[in-house]
Amino acid sequence: MDTAVTAKKKWWSGGHSPFNVSYGKLMMWYFLMSDVFTFGALLISYGTIRFMSPSWPDPNAVFKSFPLMGHADLPLVFVSLMTFILIMSSVTMVLAVHAGHMRDRKAVAKWLTWTIIGGSAFLACQAWEWTHLFHEGAWWGKNPFLNVDGTQASTNFTNFFFTITGFHGLHVTSGVVLNIVILANVLKGTYEERGHYEMVEKVGLYWHFVDLVWVFVFTCFYLL
Amino acid sequence: MSNEATLHSKEVVHGAHAHDGHDDHEHHEGGFISKYVFSMDHKTIAKQFLITGIIWAIIGAFFSVLFRLQLGFPDATFPWLESILGHWAKGGRITPEAYYALVTMHGTILVFFVLTAGLSGTFSNLLIPLQVGARDMASPFMNCLSYWFFFMASVVMMSSLFVQTGPASGGWTSYPPLSALGDASIGSKIGMDLWLTSMALFVVSQLLGGLNYISTILNMRTKGMTMTKMPLTIWGFFFTAILGVLSFPVLLSGFILLLFDRHAGTSFYLSELFVAGKALSNEGGSAILYQHLFWFLGHPEVYIIILPAMGMVSEILAVNSRKPIFGYLAMVGSMFAIVILAFLVWAHHMFVTGLNPFLGAFFVLLTLLIAVPSAIKVFNWITTIWKGNLRFTPGMLFSIGFVSTFISGGLTGIWLGNSSIDIHLHDTYFVIAHFHIVMGVSAFFGTFAGVYHWFPKMFGRYMNNTISYIHFWVTLAGAYLIFWPMHYEGMAGMPRRYYDYSSWESFKQFADLNHFISIVVIVVFAAQLLFVFNFFYSIFKGRKVTETNPWNATTLEWTTPINPGHGNWVGEIPEVHRWPYDYSKNGKDFIPQTVPLSPEEEAEGSH
Repeated sequence: MDTAVTAKKKWWSGGHSPFNVSYGKLMMWYFLMSDVFTFGALLISYGTIRFMSPSWPDPNAVFKSFPLMGHADLPLVFVSLMTFILIMSSVTMVLAVHAGHMRDRKAVAKWLTWTIIGGSAFLACQAWEWTHLFHEGAWWGKNPFLNVDGTQASTNFTNFFFTITGFHGLHVTSGVVLNIVILANVLKGTYEERGHYEMVEKVGLYWHFVDLVWVFVFTCFYLL
Repeated sequence: MSNEATLHSKEVVHGAHAHDGHDDHEHHEGGFISKYVFSMDHKTIAKQFLITGIIWAIIGAFFSVLFRLQLGFPDATFPWLESILGHWAKGGRITPEAYYALVTMHGTILVFFVLTAGLSGTFSNLLIPLQVGARDMASPFMNCLSYWFFFMASVVMMSSLFVQTGPASGGWTSYPPLSALGDASIGSKIGMDLWLTSMALFVVSQLLGGLNYISTILNMRTKGMTMTKMPLTIWGFFFTAILGVLSFPVLLSGFILLLFDRHAGTSFYLSELFVAGKALSNEGGSAILYQHLFWFLGHPEVYIIILPAMGMVSEILAVNSRKPIFGYLAMVGSMFAIVILAFLVWAHHMFVTGLNPFLGAFFVLLTLLIAVPSAIKVFNWITTIWKGNLRFTPGMLFSIGFVSTFISGGLTGIWLGNSSIDIHLHDTYFVIAHFHIVMGVSAFFGTFAGVYHWFPKMFGRYMNNTISYIHFWVTLAGAYLIFWPMHYEGMAGMPRRYYDYSSWESFKQFADLNHFISIVVIVVFAAQLLFVFNFFYSIFKGRKVTETNPWNATTLEWTTPINPGHGNWVGEIPEVHRWPYDYSKNGKDFIPQTVPLSPEEEAEGSH
């Protein structure tokens, strides 16, 4: 009977983590919850203003260009490519975390490198898209696109687009920087010495979160 | 399985490391900078927050003295004002621009810099590791960063006081369009940008601190410290941190949009405006949107201010009544209810700003619901001291004062929560009276109670009792004398934020009352300076603490040495066996949490 009692671990009785995670991972989870509220507030603001407006530009008419394709009408093709790249970088991140569990330093370095490449490619795509829109006359406070019903649109279409995708891009940028720092540590053998690759897991959480946010940003600005 | 192993090995490492730190302290923990400036010891960081908070409190309170001079003596001139404020008080009379700047900064400083950073920053840092039985915060480095972000926010805010066009002056809420358009007023120029920068740094500081508080409380509790064996102080800090982590980011988003409106030509909050007779091109935005974003933080913010005070008061009342806290689980449950409701009532600040009245009805209901957990807490405090063996220490007096002001300020909250009454009372002195008593004075009483009660733990000395008693009675009487009459002024329709009431026929009758209030303000301010003197004098010259547990309390912080080093406990961290409120039990005055259950207690099933 004694053994039965000791086998049942009391998770909340102090002396160890109730969720069986380190404080660092716990903090990352709470930080992400906090960041959900940051993005949530921005996207809800966007929704509020959009619903208040009598009409709104059609994303299919705005996001229809592709690099080197001239004036071809390819609605949402480029952003689909961007999204695909970002989601693939999440897949490589999963593989990096998995390799970390296996304590396979080389594989962690390889998949982390692919993740960094994916993130940078996404940022490059975003840079191209922003530049393209800028040359079409769009910027904060400037909106050349007409509403879907043909009336003059307010500038809030571009205001929100640049602010929120920019804020997301900033998150991706810091994610890439974090990944590079962690990659350097992996190559130095810091985690091999420490005996675990938890830092890779932590930046992994952040990376997946940034991806998840993109799904919402993508839906709000390109699909709806 | 591997996770479990790493976690376990890590904990051992953490404990051992902190213990090494302690040994260093004995021998060669030398550098002034690493010990007092960029310290990673939670106790030092707590003192940094406290002293920075005190400096801000003096400035913020002094600003209220300055604008009360204008309100109480609208016709008088004070030449010395011109010598300290220069052209902001030409001829010895504060200008309208200076008046608005003073009011705005008074609110900002006291709400954020004193009662958020100064209160929960101080006591969360001091008490969480000490009371849950941890060597330090989960991440001492992030804790250090949290203070220094607060410090940077302070520097930026302070610098805004000295720019040529003055600090932000559109009210502590910074509503657009006034705050969004630099041309709208002199206080909307660079001062507003510095305000926003400072607040953004402040949000980062809050986030770093809050994440640390939450993960320390969840992950670092010592053996035996179940969640329901934690002192109510810790529950208070825990809920405060959750509120902060979830509501400050929304404020940050609101500020980001506001910055774009100010500098990038966007129209998030702006639509169809005229400034100085000139039509602006902005259209499509909504000023109400900002108010939603602001109050989604702004309302939880008042609970961020009051919950730590509630937790500390619960603890201090129990200790000094020599009785267990009445209704421990009800206390935790009501705090939880307050946290949930805190997120669902923000629009009661917006009943008259153009909010749909139908929506307002829901916010009335949810707002009035907060009276339920608040009342539970008040009754529990009263029942705790009921027939107790009261020791009127300064900390105890301020705790009782807290309960008093929380009741009298809370009751007027029920008035204001009704949208129909609020239409009449909105933006009057009634509102000023309500929130100053219920969150300003109450939270200050909670802070003072905490400072007096834990001063021996912080500095190994006591504060002077005589000065403390003078401080208490002047502050309590003064607070009521200042704010009680404001209820009458508010019901008579006297609006807030006016510069000079003597030119209004309807409000001339209050000239003498305003005069009286301003004199009391000066007296109460002087009493606070007495406290400041007592505080700093006692750090160096106070009576020395000679026993580890001067209040005969049960909680873990009193099991540490009188002047604990980094790492808090010499040797092993004590194990916890019972809840923290075993006072006057089984013929014993108190039983510390570290005492194992006796066989009889075991049999009856202890708390």
